Amino acid sequence: MRIYADNAATTKISRKARDAMISVMDEVYGNPSSLHSEGQRAAEVLLKAREDIADCLGCSADEIYFTSGGSESDNTAIVSAVKYAEKRGKRHIVTTAFEHHAVLHAIKKLEAQGYEATYLDVHENGIVRPDEVEKAIREDTALVSVMYANNEIGTIQPISEIGRICNEKKILFHTDAVQAAGHVKLDVGELGVDYLALSAHKFHGPRGIGVLYAKRRATLSPLIEGGAQEKNRRAGTENLPAIAGMAAALKDAVSGIDETACRVSAMRDKLIDGLLKIPHTVLNGDKESRLPGNVNVCFEGIEGESLLLMLDMMGVAASSGSACTSGSLDPSHVLLAIGRPHEIAHGSLRLTIDDENTDEEIEKMTDIIPKVVEKLRDMSPVWDDLQKGRNKYVIQ
Amino acid sequence: MLYSEKVMDHFTNPRNVGKLDDADGVGEVGNAKCGDIMKIYLKIDGDVITDVKFNTFGCGSAIATSSMATEMIKGKPLSEALELTNKAVVEALDGLPPQKIHCSVLAEEAVKAAIKDYFDNTGKEYDPALFKGGHSCDNCCNG
Repeated sequence: MRIYADNAATTKISRKARDAMISVMDEVYGNPSSLHSEGQRAAEVLLKAREDIADCLGCSADEIYFTSGGSESDNTAIVSAVKYAEKRGKRHIVTTAFEHHAVLHAIKKLEAQGYEATYLDVHENGIVRPDEVEKAIREDTALVSVMYANNEIGTIQPISEIGRICNEKKILFHTDAVQAAGHVKLDVGELGVDYLALSAHKFHGPRGIGVLYAKRRATLSPLIEGGAQEKNRRAGTENLPAIAGMAAALKDAVSGIDETACRVSAMRDKLIDGLLKIPHTVLNGDKESRLPGNVNVCFEGIEGESLLLMLDMMGVAASSGSACTSGSLDPSHVLLAIGRPHEIAHGSLRLTIDDENTDEEIEKMTDIIPKVVEKLRDMSPVWDDLQKGRNKYVIQ
Repeated sequence: MLYSEKVMDHFTNPRNVGKLDDADGVGEVGNAKCGDIMKIYLKIDGDVITDVKFNTFGCGSAIATSSMATEMIKGKPLSEALELTNKAVVEALDGLPPQKIHCSVLAEEAVKAAIKDYFDNTGKEYDPALFKGGHSCDNCCNG
């Protein structure tokens, strides 16, 4: 039996999401924009999905916009906020050094167009400090964008505190909640956000569909021009089967979310404790303020891609922030942002579990991983130098 | 699949892994910052490589190219080992993904560095042009 421990990359579709999609594909083939009965039936299904998702997030249905996923939602929010604020002469963005590339690259593009950005430190624990957000805000700040939980190290950010600061200063606030939605309770009112992005396939929904929550007062400018769908904010015939699947998946994930989070966190902690018994291993990101299913560690003296290949052969699907797995030459920007040196960041392993994993799987991983690490260390000249005292350990 | 069957075979069952305490020549190339280091140990008798071992820190293809390179030079005269090219290693492995070609360059350089070390240790004369080019890793990553 294989162990799937890469749920932050994507999740297996749930039975409820699959059934909802198939039923829409089979029976609700009309276009929601059409006046005839088939069309109106589709419009009803669309509205119901919008209401269900709004219920899960604590907002009203007219604040929910359907997009192709997290990246589109993030890009739309950032571009909209900046366009709006620019009319008032504001051209500065506050964000963090370890955002998802959907945010970082969108902001880099704006910087190339003359906007300014401040990238806040996320410190060794992988958590941004609200007082530093406050200090970074200037007269000309257009937008603050801070992710809810980091996609690699799972650390949860103090979003409601940042939300209060932004509301006081009347600055638009966006959060990329792609990793958090369906795993921790989200209430947009409590969070004080103007924009929130989520993606269905991270909580057992289908791929290629996501949500952008935009508060009523927050403007949205379309990235794609065309029809009048989504109140003229996002053109294109709605992907109704995927939307229905997403709504079913989110409803399912949100019901009993606290119990699930509790059970998954217990498995996570067992796995972390097991892995930290391996000498010269360190946990990346705060141990407490982290997503229920996220485990991310660095092993000194080995490289992540070879670790992943070996784990895959032994039946474990995982991920790493090593440069070799990304196709770029540098290791994960997230691990560098929390101060891990390059040579340590190359030896990272991310295991992301959820409610479909079992205690037995955790035990199996705690048994397999130390053996694989040992095998790779045995053939590593870096490890040899460390053991012989020719170099000093970075991880004690 | 990212890698060929041959690459996976050499990664899973690497040939000649280990160290030689009484090596006649040792070559180490790459750096930990970039994510790959290869170290090759040679035992040389006359002008023949009688034994070879390697230690590698790196990705799957770094381990597989080290393994293949050691297999290709074992039992060979030095003159032949010096002619080993990264291209020959890649071909012997039935190809590597484009972003992994630098691993094969590292393997060629590690073999050359070990032979140069042997020449230096024994005071043998050689044409320095054989070893020009230096480490391919110097400019490969930031910092």
